[in-house]
Amino acid sequence: MADDAILRRQFLVGASAVAAALSPATPSQAQAAPAVPPASPAVPADEPLLTLTPTEHAFIIAAVDTLIPADEMSPSGSACGVDVFIDRQLASAWGGGAKMYRSGPFHKGKPEQGYQLALTPREFFAAGIIATNEWTRITYGKDFDRLAEIDRIATLKAMESGKAEFHNFSSRSFFNQLHSLALQGFFSDPIYGGNRNMVSWKMLGFPGLPATYANKVDEYHDKKLVMPPQSIADFS
Amino acid sequence: MATRLKEVDAVMVGMGWTGAIMARELTKAGLNVVGLERGQDRTPGEDFTLPSVRDEMKYTQRLELMMDNSTDTITFRNAPAEMALPIRRIGAFLPGEGVGGSGIHWGALHWRNLPTDFRIRSHIQQRYGANAIPEDMTITDWPVSYDELEMHYDRFDKLCGVSGQAGNINGKIMPGGNPFEGPRSSEYPNKPIKSALPSTMFGDAAKALGLHPFPAPVAITSQAYTNVEGVALGACEYCGYCNRMACEANAKASANTTLMPLLRPETKFELRTRAFVSKLNYDKQAKKVTGVTYTDLKTGEEYEQPASMVVLSSFVFGNVQQLLLAGIGEPFDRSTGKGTVGKNYAYQFEASAAAFFENREWNPFIGNAGTSVCIDDFNGENFDHGGLGFFGGGYISGGPAGAPPITGRGTPHGTPEWGSEWKRATVKWYHHFMRFNTQGSVYANRDNFMDLDPTYKDALGRPLLRLTYNGTENDHRMSRFLLTKLEACIKAMNPTHYDMHPRPRNFTIVPYQSTHNTGGTMMGTDPKSSVVNRYLQSWDASNLFVMGASVFPQQHGYNPTGTVGALTYWSAKAIITQYLKNPGPLVHA
Repeated sequence: MADDAILRRQFLVGASAVAAALSPATPSQAQAAPAVPPASPAVPADEPLLTLTPTEHAFIIAAVDTLIPADEMSPSGSACGVDVFIDRQLASAWGGGAKMYRSGPFHKGKPEQGYQLALTPREFFAAGIIATNEWTRITYGKDFDRLAEIDRIATLKAMESGKAEFHNFSSRSFFNQLHSLALQGFFSDPIYGGNRNMVSWKMLGFPGLPATYANKVDEYHDKKLVMPPQSIADFS
Repeated sequence: MATRLKEVDAVMVGMGWTGAIMARELTKAGLNVVGLERGQDRTPGEDFTLPSVRDEMKYTQRLELMMDNSTDTITFRNAPAEMALPIRRIGAFLPGEGVGGSGIHWGALHWRNLPTDFRIRSHIQQRYGANAIPEDMTITDWPVSYDELEMHYDRFDKLCGVSGQAGNINGKIMPGGNPFEGPRSSEYPNKPIKSALPSTMFGDAAKALGLHPFPAPVAITSQAYTNVEGVALGACEYCGYCNRMACEANAKASANTTLMPLLRPETKFELRTRAFVSKLNYDKQAKKVTGVTYTDLKTGEEYEQPASMVVLSSFVFGNVQQLLLAGIGEPFDRSTGKGTVGKNYAYQFEASAAAFFENREWNPFIGNAGTSVCIDDFNGENFDHGGLGFFGGGYISGGPAGAPPITGRGTPHGTPEWGSEWKRATVKWYHHFMRFNTQGSVYANRDNFMDLDPTYKDALGRPLLRLTYNGTENDHRMSRFLLTKLEACIKAMNPTHYDMHPRPRNFTIVPYQSTHNTGGTMMGTDPKSSVVNRYLQSWDASNLFVMGASVFPQQHGYNPTGTVGALTYWSAKAIITQYLKNPGPLVHA
């Protein structure tokens, strides 16, 4: 059983890498079984990745498209570039554990004492994706990115509540980190790769920059201020 | 072997608000001053500029202006019986790093303590009986009065260009201000920040309930202003990129905007950044410090900087750690109650709420910390604690988020945190939600203290500071009381929906709550019960002065920076007018 899973993984990683090289299709599409239609519209994989492996990228796309689904308010998370945002964050100094105290000894501690693992965010994500896929393989017989939308939702809910049992750390701690990064990617300035075309800012009615409102405070005291949003890139 | 440098008159250990104020005052008095700062230099022209300063991700999420935990952190536990573990990434509180320190990214709420706060122990005993204070509550009177500090509060107000509405000028109660505040000798330098709709709504509801609303006082200039030092400050743009960020308009006061422009060209001042002070050099026999030893983080080389006077001007944790490492003063021992260094750690006991109004519309991204309205009716001894079962209190504020959308969103409790339903609720409520906060006091308790960690070390191999802290029953009762009062105001506003956010039982190191850590080098009237005297001079080294909120005997229901600035000016005056003429103890034990 375990051997089968490893063999299938090696095959899928190889297949998706080939697919990514040959066509603009995303790895998740390449990996998806024909019987399971993708939940979100196709996204051109036009952004090169810095750190995510094909398997990890497939997971991240499936996760952000479940957290931020395509609907009448916005395109899916990956269509907004949230997967690219996560890739860049994990490849950044932050992802490598910059400004983080990393000396031992390491103890689990109480939840009140916060994150106590030896892993950097990049390493924690690698471990979290492996742990989630292990859990979905036991529960559903498939990797997370290959699940039907309803099962992906159920998986994320099980992680959010901590009911999904991971071997090394709580599923909730990984969910929180995943959720936090996904929302940062959705709402941050597009210079980080997410929030493409400022879709979330348009969705909310947030004008972004230049944010000089001294002359507008009184006029818009009891009135919605509508301005087309601008990003840092528009001023650079 | 450290390279020994030429002796200077005074060394500042840390170049945030207190280091910059003291450096300015001492250079004006003719002293040669070296400012040592562990972090980087930061200048408004280089670092606080459009468009990069409007980057919510970089500043509020990746904490660009905050301390580097790979170099230094503290360890934490809730109780003495537990094992403390390192804070691997700061969360509950966010001390800054670099020139300007925490005074760059602060919300700039600018308060004075109440006159009664300064004599809280004797006041409570007088009002509620000699035995009213529980044995484990180690609150004390301050060794300085409001009246003594007033001119220094005033001076700091005029350095920052504080905006607000006075409530008490020389004893005369002023309409629209805080009627509970101590008498101030003059108006605020600038008129209040413009209000936002939710703030006005909160103020109206509070007033209808017989309470006394007023605009939040902030060290953010509501108009162009030339400060008491002749430095020109800008006017607030209400940009919303405020908390955890630097101000591009030069409106939110920082040492970088108000004092560094004067210190940089000053020939008597030298700034050395990336200079990590590893040790105060202490001559126990002589009861003096001889200077400091620091590591230049750019080269790894170690230097000894001899000085006639040392000013400890780092964050609370750094101040306490330096004294403990140098063996200056007696460390607090929880089991015997003896010792003073590390004693009376206090925090800020904040709890919040949110309300949603489907028929009103405003812009949550416009504003700053001062666009809120406050009530002070339930702070300190402004109300009768008889029969309530606790002491202390705090001010209550309400207003818009005043922030970009990673942090400036709100949905009612029970809304999913993701998926289409979450998105729909986020959009639905974005222009219709407001936030409230209760700025609760923390009355010191013998179980909350700081000492050196036996296991974990910083980048220089020094033991980390260990924090032992949990919310006390007194403070939880106080916080629940404030939330009850707040809830009455919110109900009177008739929102579509509201949520109260009581504090969890245990203090946790995540998520963010407040950077207002205090205590550990408390000021007092005698060396048995305090670390520094009323002029912030060490009882155990007469040429060592300790600045900042570490000297607070307990934390009252206000943001600490106003009092921190006033105390620095108070200490500087004593140094210049008394100490320099006759170096030695300013108070004889």
